[in-house]
This record gives sequence, structure tokens and C-alpha cells, in this order.
Amino acid sequence: MQLGKASIRFEEPPVIESMASIVGKKEGEGPLGKMFDVVEQDDMFGADTWEQAESALQKQTADLAIEKGNIRKKDIRYLFAGDLLGQLIATSFGTVDLEIPLFGLYGACSTMGEALNLGAMTVAAGYADKVMAMASSHFATAEKQFRFPLAYGNQRPYSAHWTVTGCGAVVLSKHRPDGIAAVTGITTGRMVDMGTKDSMNMGAAMAPSAFHTIQQNFEDFNVDETYYDKIITGDLGEIGRTILLDFMKNKGHKLEEIHTDCGLEIYDNKAQDTHAGGSGCGCAASTLCSYILPKLKSGEWKRVLFVPTGALLSTISFNEGASIPGIAHGVVLEHIN
Amino acid sequence: MEINKKAYDEYVKEVTPVHNKGLNIVKAFLVGGIICTYGQVLNTWLTNTGLDKETAASWTILILIATSVILTGLNLYQKLVKFGGAGALVPITGFANSVVAPAVEFQAEGQVFGIGCKIFTIAGPVILYGIFSSWLLGVLAYVLKAFGII
Repeated sequence: MQLGKASIRFEEPPVIESMASIVGKKEGEGPLGKMFDVVEQDDMFGADTWEQAESALQKQTADLAIEKGNIRKKDIRYLFAGDLLGQLIATSFGTVDLEIPLFGLYGACSTMGEALNLGAMTVAAGYADKVMAMASSHFATAEKQFRFPLAYGNQRPYSAHWTVTGCGAVVLSKHRPDGIAAVTGITTGRMVDMGTKDSMNMGAAMAPSAFHTIQQNFEDFNVDETYYDKIITGDLGEIGRTILLDFMKNKGHKLEEIHTDCGLEIYDNKAQDTHAGGSGCGCAASTLCSYILPKLKSGEWKRVLFVPTGALLSTISFNEGASIPGIAHGVVLEHIN
Repeated sequence: MEINKKAYDEYVKEVTPVHNKGLNIVKAFLVGGIICTYGQVLNTWLTNTGLDKETAASWTILILIATSVILTGLNLYQKLVKFGGAGALVPITGFANSVVAPAVEFQAEGQVFGIGCKIFTIAGPVILYGIFSSWLLGVLAYVLKAFGII
């Protein structure tokens, strides 16, 4: 059922049937370390180049999600997947062997939200019985594409994020009484540009979009923060969280207690020297599949608004002096009784 | 959204923590000083071995560059820059790091399109504008000399 301006409530909510998360060494040493399915000690994932490494990461994660759910590959009708690299090379090379019809998505770090939005819509509409949603990022490929070569010495500002080496994948299936969690609704984000130009402060670039999507969700569903046990953004980091909470407070919403951010959960910023927090498509995706979904499955949390956030940054637009617009996609996840 | 972009920019500046400038300057002074002292030690030693001033200076620079390249390969120079900032970036050792880093990174893309095209992605602007500004100053010196000012 269409709700308000940008939301859908599913009458027969698709169910997350299986999930998998694989991360790199640094993420494995973080606070969520023990929750991931696999912590790969080799950041090259057995490949020769960083880009191939990220592709290998996607393939391994997809295979693991299929295996864990005891699902036949051919039963997955569509794959919604993406990464941060130009022309989505991590996804296109990583998913060749899966032989599943693919929609390649680019939503920067919000990709997992975009994949879940589209995947849930496809399943709920009856166009597929099962789909997979997946997103990945790799510290080395992201640094190379967006910032500096790894061996280059520089001082990162405190507002800088640390790209997560990680991948998360879920298999969504049509409504049924069991499963890990149900996707009961979505709120699709729109571009929000507050004119931020500092590519080393992505929290500030993305916070307004998270604010907008959460507000839109409240409005469309006619609810407020008390409706949710947790509201979890993708990778706002410390500065982005401060901004979001400030904006929300101005609107009369108190989010301090229930808000958390995948970028703040995945690393111990002080001990791991990750500055503002984690980022990248893999940040929200791997945190979802290791930390958020198990808590929904156990019933510790009954209802979560998951809001992966993306900074639509390009080195070209940045060099040409353009600002960094943000986007955030909301996914309502619920415990299955 | 009700707050305008300029106000947002100012607000973001308020909530974004920045490095302590004073402390950074002290660290830069320390690291830069150590690198320069190392250079001076090399230079004095080379001069004492009997090399003339110019040859000793060339060898000093070569050894400084080699040191930086080796430290970059060992993942140590990056840590020095993280601590010392401009103190480690401004000396020739920092320049060497900025040339070696892309060479290592883009090796996978081949000798020509990888290393060849991308080795100067960071150092390129320094080289271009360094040469350009020295040319500009040369022209200026020529003109001033022609008019007998200098």
C-alpha cells in the first residue's frame, strides 16, 4: 500500500530468509568482530588486485548467504547489488558465477538500503519469490578511487571516515510465518543537498538526507520515534550523528536513546584510529547482517528503522567545485513472532 | 529545508572537531627538524670524506630520497607524516613519498598506463608549478636586469 509521499507498507511483508556477512581484519578487531560470519585475515581475499579482492568478497558473501539459508541458487530470481567503484566493477565481476539476473545499483554507501527497497518491492509485488540484496566496499579500492594511494602519507582530519572492508547479503523471500525478520515497509530517499563541499566530512554531507528520510517516514506512516525500538543510520559517524540529533531535536523528536549508527558500531574509533567512524556500502550491509538482524530475530528489538546513508561523491564533480549531495533510504524491519 | 546552506556550513564548522594547530606546529617542527638534521649529518660526513660541496649535496639528496622510498615501502613514512604533518611532507623525503605511493598503487594497471601515467598524480602539480614559477621569476629577473634595476 502506498503511504504518503515516499513510502510503502507491505500488506504481505517480504521476509529475510538468510543473511551473511564477511569483513576484513580491521573490522574483525572491532566491537562487532565476533558477530560476523567470516573475518578474512587476508585483505586481498586471495586475489591479485584490490578490485578483484572486493569481487571475491562479494562472491564469497553471496555464496555463504545461499548456503546458510539452504537455498538453491536457481530459486533466486533477481540480485540487487552494488559497490562504490566506477562502473560497479566489484559487483559485475563478483557476481558472474552466480548466474542470477542482476540489477546493479549505485547509491554510494546507501546501496544496501536501495537494494532492500527494490528487492522488497519486487517480492511483495509478486515478481519474484526470492531475491538477494547485497552491497560491498573495500578500504583499499575506495581510497584508491576517491582519495590517495595507500602508501601516500597524509594527515586525515577528525571528520574523515574509514571505509569498511566488508560485504553483507540477505535473501528476501515472499511472505511466510518464519524467517529472520520481516521488511514491513520502506521509505525511499531523495537527493538532499545542503551545499557541503568538504569530501573529508561526509557525515555533514549525509546527515540532512538521513533527517529528511526519517522525517518523511514519520510523516508517511503517521508515527514518531516511539514507534521504533531503534533507528539505525548507515554511516553518519560522530559528526553526522550530532547533526541528525540536533535537527531532530529542533523538530521535537528525541532520538538520543534510540539512535545508533553502523559507522559508530563497527569500529572503536579511539582504539582503532578510525576518526569519525566507518563508511562504505559494506558498513551498513555487514552491520545489518551481523548485529541488527540477529537482534530482530531474537526479539530483543521488535521494530527497527534501518536508514543507510550515501554521499553521492564523485572525484570529478568534487574537482569541478560541486557540492556533495546525500541520500538515505529507510527500511522498516520487524521481528517475526 | 528551513535552514539555508550558508547557515548549515557555519553550523557544520562548529560541530566538526579539528586538529590542535599549536600541537601540530610543534610536531611538524620536531619532525622537519629531525629530517633536516639527518640531511646535515649526511652532508657533513660526505664533505669530510673528501667530496666537493656540490657532489656532497647531490649525494645527500639521493640518500634522503632513498631513505624515504625505503620507509614508504616498509609502511613507516606514512606513520611519520601522520605524526609530523607538514614537517614530513615539505622536505624532499615527502616529495619522494608522493611519487612512490602512486607507483606502488597503480602497478596493477601496467607499466605504461599504470605506473607511467599515474606516478606524478600527486607530485605533478608541484613539478609543473615549480618549473612555471621559476620561469616566471627568471623572466622578471631578466627584465629587471635589462632596466638596470638589479
